[in-house]
Amino acid sequence: MPKLHIRTEINGEPAEFLAEPHQTLLDALRNELGLTGTKEGCGTGDCGACSVTFDGQLVCSCLVLAAEAEGARIGTVEGLASGEALHPLQQKFLEHAALQCGVCTPGFLVAAKALLDRNPDPDERTVRYALAGNLCRCTGYDKIIRAVLDAAAELRGEPA
Amino acid sequence: MTQPRSFRYVGTRPIRQDGAEKVTGRANFGADLSFPGMLWGRVLRSPHAHAKVVSIDTSAASEIPGVKAIVTSADLPEQRPGGDPTDMYDLTRNILAREKVLYEGHPIAAVAATSREIADRAVAAIQVEYELLEPVLDLDRAIAPDAPILHAELRCAGSDPKPEGPTNVASRILIERGDVERAFADADVVIEREFTTPTVHQGYIEPFACVARTTEDGQSTLWCCTQGPFTVRSLCAALLRIETSKIKVIPSEIGGGFGGKTTVYQEPLALLLSRKSGRAVKMVMTRQEVFRATGPASASRIRVKLGAKRDGTLTAAEASLAYEAGAFKGSPVVAGAMAMFAMYDLPSVRIEGFDVVTNKPKVNAYRAPGAPMATFASESVVDELAASLEMDPIEFRLKNAVRQGSVAVYGPKLKAVGLVECLEALRDSEHYRTPLSENQGRGIACGFWFNGNMQSSAQIHVNEDGTATVVSGCPDIGGSRASLALMAAEELGIPVEQIRPIVADTETIGYNDGTGGSRVTYATGTAVIEAARDIVLQLRQRAAAFWDTQLENVGYEDGKAIPLGDAAENQQPLPLSTLARRAARMGGPIVGRSTWTARGNGPSFAAHLVDVEVDPETGRVEVLRYTAAQDAGKAIHPSYVEGQYQGGAVQGIGWALNEAYFYDAEGHLQNASFLDYRMPVASDLPMIDTIVVEVPNPNHPYGVRGVGETSIVPPLAAVANAVQAATGIRFVDLPMSPPAVLAAIDRTRG
Amino acid sequence: MHDTRYEAPRSIEEAVIMLSSGSVDDVRVLAGGTDLLVQMTSGGRSPSLIINLKHIPELTRIRFDDSGALYLGAAANAFTIGQNERIRQQFPGLHEAVGLIGSDQIQGRASVGGNLCNASPAADTIPSLLTSKAVCHIAGPGGATRTLPVSEFILGPGRNALQAGELLVELELPAPAAHSADAYQRLIPRSEMDIAVVGVSVRVTVDNTGTCTDASVALGAVAPTPILVPEAAAALVGTRLEPADLERAAAAASAACRPLDDKRGTAEYRRRVAGVLTKRVAAEAAERARGR
Repeated sequence: MPKLHIRTEINGEPAEFLAEPHQTLLDALRNELGLTGTKEGCGTGDCGACSVTFDGQLVCSCLVLAAEAEGARIGTVEGLASGEALHPLQQKFLEHAALQCGVCTPGFLVAAKALLDRNPDPDERTVRYALAGNLCRCTGYDKIIRAVLDAAAELRGEPA
Repeated sequence: MTQPRSFRYVGTRPIRQDGAEKVTGRANFGADLSFPGMLWGRVLRSPHAHAKVVSIDTSAASEIPGVKAIVTSADLPEQRPGGDPTDMYDLTRNILAREKVLYEGHPIAAVAATSREIADRAVAAIQVEYELLEPVLDLDRAIAPDAPILHAELRCAGSDPKPEGPTNVASRILIERGDVERAFADADVVIEREFTTPTVHQGYIEPFACVARTTEDGQSTLWCCTQGPFTVRSLCAALLRIETSKIKVIPSEIGGGFGGKTTVYQEPLALLLSRKSGRAVKMVMTRQEVFRATGPASASRIRVKLGAKRDGTLTAAEASLAYEAGAFKGSPVVAGAMAMFAMYDLPSVRIEGFDVVTNKPKVNAYRAPGAPMATFASESVVDELAASLEMDPIEFRLKNAVRQGSVAVYGPKLKAVGLVECLEALRDSEHYRTPLSENQGRGIACGFWFNGNMQSSAQIHVNEDGTATVVSGCPDIGGSRASLALMAAEELGIPVEQIRPIVADTETIGYNDGTGGSRVTYATGTAVIEAARDIVLQLRQRAAAFWDTQLENVGYEDGKAIPLGDAAENQQPLPLSTLARRAARMGGPIVGRSTWTARGNGPSFAAHLVDVEVDPETGRVEVLRYTAAQDAGKAIHPSYVEGQYQGGAVQGIGWALNEAYFYDAEGHLQNASFLDYRMPVASDLPMIDTIVVEVPNPNHPYGVRGVGETSIVPPLAAVANAVQAATGIRFVDLPMSPPAVLAAIDRTRG
Repeated sequence: MHDTRYEAPRSIEEAVIMLSSGSVDDVRVLAGGTDLLVQMTSGGRSPSLIINLKHIPELTRIRFDDSGALYLGAAANAFTIGQNERIRQQFPGLHEAVGLIGSDQIQGRASVGGNLCNASPAADTIPSLLTSKAVCHIAGPGGATRTLPVSEFILGPGRNALQAGELLVELELPAPAAHSADAYQRLIPRSEMDIAVVGVSVRVTVDNTGTCTDASVALGAVAPTPILVPEAAAALVGTRLEPADLERAAAAASAACRPLDDKRGTAEYRRRVAGVLTKRVAAEAAERARGR
């Protein structure tokens, strides 16, 4: 079976790659495209470390076939920062020490951005449920939740 | 010892130096490195929990196009038994099974092929003939007289009289002091209970991953996610019986470890495969493999008996601990025994411990190894004693808490410790006074962990513009680069932003024991402080030579060499940046170094307070509020200290409520996934409030205590005590999952 | 291991032709992918053909007809359904069930059609489909179509009534009667991310005196398939849904369970909690129905 030629858009830029029909998008991002910011923690959709957006929809890239990316828009952690400036979520994660080992961080950032894009003013409970698909074993989530709430406030233009 | 009265940088919260890389996805973790032409390694694992390996046939697998190397135990040299701290005879058998497979997931062979799919196909093509044996899956079965024996050569160490026959009990230990019988006779109240806890896993999010590459001269490089790159190097050198200088280990960023990444699994296999194939070989475990075949934490059965006088004074403690080691001896039962009563001034103690092998993966360290389960038992009984004496649980603990001068149950006379301060902080907290509603309960428990010692070395390089690089050899698992940079900034008197802390490979820095035992900020931190002081001395020497004066006429303050005495009259201070710029003319590059073996003890104590609500109809327990108070000695970077308290508390909550390995009768793990191994998710939890107590550790220049591990010790009992308060039921078996809680509620309802 | 082919048909006709091209076991459709990809990566063998249904407009469509009946495309994802305000208003219990499927990430992929076709005993949406009397619209070879009630669509754990070459196109949920409402709750050890240990859907219709005129109760994870419990429904009909009435329904629900002991819960626990949740969910549905 020849590989599939996939044309897609990743973080706003056109991208092409070859994929096996059974290959996951996560595998293609990491091993075909060298975008290793998206992490694999379980491969079964249970940890959220591989979170990306697919046509604007938050998904686990381990549960998406690479072939599905044909004609789609993919967003990964590598696309969050613009030029030299970190996204406010990234900045707040750093300020609040919301990462310890940091391996879950890309997935949390992508998921948190998806939340804030549709709900700019979530309360703590909403943030906790929206991020329930992202496992963190280091922080106990406290500082992550604070960072997301703080980033939301900043994005709304409220004084800290 | 020059202890600064106040700190300029220590105690502030700068952004970690590795932060930008980690929030942008650039940081390289274990699985993130690849090479052109790289092979993928996969492991054949036993589907059986206990069986003899009759034969292994790799011929069909080796015929598959794309397969470049296959290894079995025949490729690893035999080792001599009895090594310390690592028994290499056992370790080589854990890396690749020899005579027997001892747990489901036990590696039997490894394959390197041009793709992961081909490697998987080759693994499936290896033929193994097994002779099935009855698996030993719990402590009861392991010690039964007719139990199947895992290791025919195993004899119980420390048993009296000397054992004759083979056994599954690898060792017996005893800690004894005072006259326990008499002390119990003096007690007004004695409570005795037996507890059990299940096998649990560290649950780090990053699976084990490594890449090995070997050149034709036999020189190997290994990139891997590990807590101890030097440990990996020495274990691999011993397993492969090659010289240490033939292996360079480059630690990647590490996605969590909690003690679990302190040994080797696939690393020696990747090395072997790369040596055999001449190609780079990458190996990444699946989550299932992580659960089935990397060291979890011991299941345990613990009996505790405690006596107290009517006024609340503890008189005596007795305990018997049995810990599952998994397939090979070496559970942390000794540490559990030492830690379980360490919070209390107890004149008479007798603790017996047993290390028991079972057909499960060999256990490995998990955050304060051995202590959480033992303290679950001891702190549950302490709570019950307080209640039976109608004493407030905090006051009861305060009455018996260790203080400076107390002789710890585990041996030494304690210097300043902060348990009393932690308990007082909780007693005086708003949390402790807040009223509770129906079906809610509040629990408290204390915990202790040692302060890690062992070997550290560090270097600091001053750059030509006066900025500096701090080089250490302990992987940064939770912000230790930031802490080390802060300590260097404090000594050198330059802003922390001008310091770049790096974690070096095993050829770039002297030997360092691993990141573990709560030792990095304490032990490696001291090494960094000493390396910085080495630089300060050199700067003063250079200034003295420049000013043509004696060394004692040169001080150092705020990043400047300061003229003192005679020199002060006609010399201006020389900033570090100036000395750095003139290095070529003043003695050459400025490099500070230090090396030491940390000793002494500066333990960190904690007390945790938790409110829960129990649904009496479903048995679900919800954590409503949590406050963790712990002695940090001195918090170098307070955010990361708080983070350790919060993370440990939540791991403990998981252990208390829902985490457990679930085996079927044949020893197959039924829940080897994050779906069914239920670690807490964000929506399970409230904020975790922290109280950072600072009682300086006399053994550290700044008073630092290791804080990483103590925080997982109290939560098991704290949650159980809260559930008891909510339901009136004392839970002695973990986890307190909804079915277990509802069944207990039903039993008491009759 | 053999090679896998991937196709993304644009029409039902194309998809049905592809489905007919191989044995049922060897051809797998990808509606959400949350189960299929896990099966493929967790050691299962790869199918010879994967048919991605997400490019077929009828399969991702969500619409209401003039009667108020809801038509859910079989591959419409849970997240999109969750964002649909009219579904939340009209089928609050189904909306709750869809919202409980996995994480936001999983919901971005998972489909109600896939949830139904996989026929897991613990599937969150099936009890709600049962109490809403949902009907499956199925396309087959040669332009054939047929309909089948959800209650007849599920044959056993992991088994559904689709024949070779057949495709589940959409689910039709009839417009609820006036003063009718549904609710769904499940018991999981954590607050999110678990598979249901017990799931309960209840739909009740009340008259303007508050008396229950019609009821339906369905349970998940307590038997080889999700089950309707007519005895529990009967205990509610004709009552004013007072606590004692709910208790009778709860007892009937518990009695109908044929649960297993497994890693997710004991049989006894499932039986007990099926009753507890039936009581709670019926109360919730009643309150909603009275408010209409």
